[in-house]
Amino acid sequence: MALTGVQIFKLLPKTNCKKCGFPTCLAFSMQLAQRKVSVEKCPDISEDAKKQLGEASAPPIRPIKLGSGDSAVSMGEETVLFRHDKKFVNPCVLSVAIKDTEDEAAIAKKIDDVLHSEIDRVGQHLKVDAITIMNESNDAGRFEGLAKVVAAKAPAVPVIVCSENVDSAKAAIAHFKGKGSLLYGATASNMEAMAALAKDAGASLGIKANGLDELSDLTEKAKGFGVEDLVMDSGARKGKEIIEHNTYIRRAAIKKGNKSVGYPVINFVMRDNEYLETMLAGLGISKYSSIVVLSSVDKWKNLVMFTFRQNIYTDPQVPMQVQQNVYEIGTPTQDSPLIVTTNFSLTYFIVAGEIENSKVPTWLAIMDCEGLSVLTAWAAGKFTAGKIANFIKESGVESKIGKKELIIPGYVAILSGALEEKLEGWKIIVGPREANQIPAYLKSL
Amino acid sequence: MSFTPPKEVYNGKVYTVTISKGAKAVTFGGENVLPFHSFEGEFVNKPVIAYEIQDIAPSEWPEQLRQVYAAVGDDTVKWAKYVQDELKAEAIALRLQGTHPDSGNRSADDAAKTVKAVLDNIDVPLIILGSNNVEKDAEVLVKVSEVAKDNPCIIGKAQEDNYKTIAAAAMANKHKLIAMSELDINLSKQLNIMLTQMGFDKEKIIIDPMCSALGYGIEYTYTVMERIRLAALMQNDTTMQQPIVGDVGMYVWKIKEVQASEDILPHWGALTPRGIAWEAQTACALTMAGAGLLIMRHPEAVKAVNAFLDEMM
Repeated sequence: MALTGVQIFKLLPKTNCKKCGFPTCLAFSMQLAQRKVSVEKCPDISEDAKKQLGEASAPPIRPIKLGSGDSAVSMGEETVLFRHDKKFVNPCVLSVAIKDTEDEAAIAKKIDDVLHSEIDRVGQHLKVDAITIMNESNDAGRFEGLAKVVAAKAPAVPVIVCSENVDSAKAAIAHFKGKGSLLYGATASNMEAMAALAKDAGASLGIKANGLDELSDLTEKAKGFGVEDLVMDSGARKGKEIIEHNTYIRRAAIKKGNKSVGYPVINFVMRDNEYLETMLAGLGISKYSSIVVLSSVDKWKNLVMFTFRQNIYTDPQVPMQVQQNVYEIGTPTQDSPLIVTTNFSLTYFIVAGEIENSKVPTWLAIMDCEGLSVLTAWAAGKFTAGKIANFIKESGVESKIGKKELIIPGYVAILSGALEEKLEGWKIIVGPREANQIPAYLKSL
Repeated sequence: MSFTPPKEVYNGKVYTVTISKGAKAVTFGGENVLPFHSFEGEFVNKPVIAYEIQDIAPSEWPEQLRQVYAAVGDDTVKWAKYVQDELKAEAIALRLQGTHPDSGNRSADDAAKTVKAVLDNIDVPLIILGSNNVEKDAEVLVKVSEVAKDNPCIIGKAQEDNYKTIAAAAMANKHKLIAMSELDINLSKQLNIMLTQMGFDKEKIIIDPMCSALGYGIEYTYTVMERIRLAALMQNDTTMQQPIVGDVGMYVWKIKEVQASEDILPHWGALTPRGIAWEAQTACALTMAGAGLLIMRHPEAVKAVNAFLDEMM
């Protein structure tokens, strides 16, 4: 459990020596409580106190990396149950399952799907993060064959090796040594051997349990064999069980400080019904999965999952921003209207959506106002006549349009006079106050 | 070492709402735990999905959705019977889009006739929605409340600027009421308080904190819904204990992701499943945040959501 500032203070030397850079030990302890500084800054703290602090300051859900190099993804480190309390930290990893019983063409296609899954959305690069290879055949040779293909064709993609068969696991994981893979399939009966394989390969270890009781037993057991980087599968498969187990695990780790379940969770959500599988991935994304394993990754499905993951993992305290730019909605020509608004992503999406609805091609000038909405940006002095004028001049939009007319949001009608002064030769037109009035407005121009 | 499940202690409960009467009545709400948390309390009523139909042909809907209703879309009664009999709708949401000044400006009397005709031809519960024009809705919803007085419906949406008129009409004609505010838990709470202060039964309100589509601000709707449910259940805030509606279809079926073809944007994949999944994911997300009533458009999306709900219940 995290300690409070006062609890930490009791462990410090209380000399107010200032060597840590803070005026008093109390000030330092407050910073420690918020995890803003490292305890190492205090040169005089006792080893014993340091150990206590180290244990207490470890995040409730252990940070674990999957993969290596640029394509490695982080998991764990979550601190809350609800996103309005604080940002969800590490987005749920999306992984596609490839069985060693699938034919060559199917395997090649899935690998290809993963390699070409990247989509840009609101300035973020989103992709399928990992490949899960599954030892469906229970045959070590066959599994190793699949491992070789994946290692050769997708060398940079993080891999999850799934088998409860130690021989199979050994044969496959050998192809991913030092790659930060996840070796999944450690149970009560094979724990020692699987732990040794994971350690040897520099992989984290995936626990496969039958219920929450066994899960917390098995993580303790794994630790006993010297493996600390764990990923947990409680055995939940149905949606109803997934939400139950994931909720209990997250609560126990965060609110009760239960270290035995303080690890990322993996959920297998493969279904014959593609829509249902997509929705269950959505369940994992909102309800505490760190890895969701899917049966396929079609492009349409990816777009839905990526978008939902991006939405749920945005920081609720920092408005999502769109890049400052003059966007083309439809295929605008030099006779098309020009609208200016702020770069709050919701403003952008709603305005762009309504323009699309109107089917009137339009130039949409999005101005950087630090992600504030129109009225807030205006009140904060970020959406002023002077700044809008500079933006429009520097944007170069003038060369793209025939008549110099700029439509401003109805809420800032007050700016029109000042803008006409600052943007010489331009006509400023006051547009609608609400986005839903845009289609009717554009059609009437 | 055994694992002790950390159960949550809840202090409040969501009101149970039943619409209509008889064999086809539907019930939602009633939970005393967070969505789908039947492992620590009661979550017995599966969220209800109402099929959206309109009083005018759905010419503004995207092609793939229009096609589904091509044979019935120009006749509201036929459309209603189709979703009830062929698509097995549990409930129908009739949006009087044609009354909007920009969409034909049908009169309140015309709208009332449509409502009457639909009610005479269906036996599933009806939700009657205005066109989201504050002034016109006040006029239209009063009229339709009267013609529907023998069939208790849900009427909506009452907003800050028109709630008095609409709530009075709903109260006089024994309807339930959707109270809509714009993505702010405090505005939602305030509207509920104002409604109850004028004598409207707080157990007959359904909260609409304003929907948004996946990718277009759903995180705001999701979080506002989640916070409303937490206020109701954890803090026992009696002004926030109404079931929540997600008016999903109308926010989804206008965005680029459900309309742009694969030819134009190959990396977005096939359009048909993309549109269906977009509506379904938006709806499922909102059920996880607390919505008990969903208004949707595409039959395949409805099926997908039901498959999800069946796994979750």
